[in-house]
Amino acid sequence: MAYNTIKRSFFAVSVLLLLSLFSIASEHVNAQANHSNSEKVDVNKAIFDHISDNHDWHLWDVTDADGTVHAVSFPLPIILINTNPFSITTFMSSEFHHGHSPVTKGKYTYVMHEQKIYYADAQGNLTYDDKGNIINNTPLDLSITKNVSTLFLAALLMILIFMSCAKAYKRRPGLAPKGLQGFLEPIILFVKDDIVIPNIGEKKHARFLPYLLTVFFFIWILNMMGLIPFFPGSANVTGNIAVTFVLALFTLIITNVSGNKDYWKHIFAMPGLPLWLLPIMIVVELIGIIAKPFALMIRLFANITAGHIVVLSLVSLIFVFQTLAIAPVSVAFVLFMDVLELFVAALQAYIFTMLSALFIGLAVQEHHH
Amino acid sequence: MDLVTPGFGLVFWTTITFVLLMFLLGKFAWKPIIGAVNARNKSIEDALKLAETTKEEMKQLQADNEKIIAEARRERDALLKEAREMKDQLITQAKKEASDESQKILQAAKQAIENEKKNAIQELKTKVAEISIEIAEKILAKELENKKASEDIISNSLDRLTLN
Repeated sequence: MAYNTIKRSFFAVSVLLLLSLFSIASEHVNAQANHSNSEKVDVNKAIFDHISDNHDWHLWDVTDADGTVHAVSFPLPIILINTNPFSITTFMSSEFHHGHSPVTKGKYTYVMHEQKIYYADAQGNLTYDDKGNIINNTPLDLSITKNVSTLFLAALLMILIFMSCAKAYKRRPGLAPKGLQGFLEPIILFVKDDIVIPNIGEKKHARFLPYLLTVFFFIWILNMMGLIPFFPGSANVTGNIAVTFVLALFTLIITNVSGNKDYWKHIFAMPGLPLWLLPIMIVVELIGIIAKPFALMIRLFANITAGHIVVLSLVSLIFVFQTLAIAPVSVAFVLFMDVLELFVAALQAYIFTMLSALFIGLAVQEHHH
Repeated sequence: MDLVTPGFGLVFWTTITFVLLMFLLGKFAWKPIIGAVNARNKSIEDALKLAETTKEEMKQLQADNEKIIAEARRERDALLKEAREMKDQLITQAKKEASDESQKILQAAKQAIENEKKNAIQELKTKVAEISIEIAEKILAKELENKKASEDIISNSLDRLTLN
């Protein structure tokens, strides 16, 4: 089956990408360890910072007359939940001064270290163990980070786009689509007629259509926003495992909640199987329930993150070689990668939606034995 | 490892945003859009079906028309044929009548001529008899005066008289 081949190859690529990510992450630590040469730009750290979430929305850097570099950025709201006793603390991220100064609110003093917020002692110091790991406790961080605000922006954008599109149908009933409506209708119908209906079936597709349409456009728009290199884009939202985790979780829940008798029968009592094999098969099938959305989660995360890393690495070539002569090469390759990523943005949205529809379709289909 | 550890904050906000987005779009975007597209598809389908039935009706109508035209043509042919026959009949009758009439006129004319001829002969006979009597009278008178002279007169008179 073509699907299995695609799935297998994607999984292989995902695993490879994951491994490469780990290696980058560890190199990043090494680079930090010998950070003595201040002239040299720490490329790994720069890339890692760009693909991770942020408490500020960084715009650009300015260098003062005395040579110190200041970041110009939008401050974003910090929302912290203290559990013992329960209380909510909110302030703007600018109070941290990009992690340079601790913030005291009530009886707690908070310190931001590499975008992570810790409870510090009264002087604003952190405690490290022998290996250099921070052992301070952390509050529950519900801050509106760069990714969260991009999420909101994308949601707002989608509501504006699709509600105006829906209004166009009300304004011109029965007429051929025009303008934005004319652009979106083929895409909506493509999702409906070529992704959802073939996988779920004409009879039952309507119930799952809102989720699948939303997830398709949500991923696509966020992927494309991530490709914009400056405000209000650049956030690596769909390349963040938390976001892909939630989306995959939705597919997992919808698949299993709407799974019919046949679906559960295939998991717990696969027909035509010798009885002694059943215990093994049940375990395999239960793993399968998790593995399918897990693959969805990893695939989207790895693809988008990989794209961001490649583009950032190509730009970083200029800093690695410390010459502007390499810039034309970087720009040419970045241009190529951006065009490719534009395609990947749509492709990943399509694959996520198609596989979700497939999993749901398998769970609700009627078997004829 | 941070990269592959889902952060709770983002999970929280993604869930809320996505659920809200799905609810809002489902109610105010997908439902009206899909509904409108389906309604439009149905209207197009209906229009196509109507066109098909109309075409069928047109075909039926055309067939009927052809039938009517054929009928009319046949009727016309029949009428024409009848008219022609009637014409022929009329002509023959007229011819016959005309010839009869001419025959009759001819007959009458012949009859009249015959009668006239008979009358004329009768009249001539009477005239001849009268003249003969007159001559006889004159001869008789002459004879009584001159035998010779009377004989000449008779012969002269008879010479001059030509009978036809």
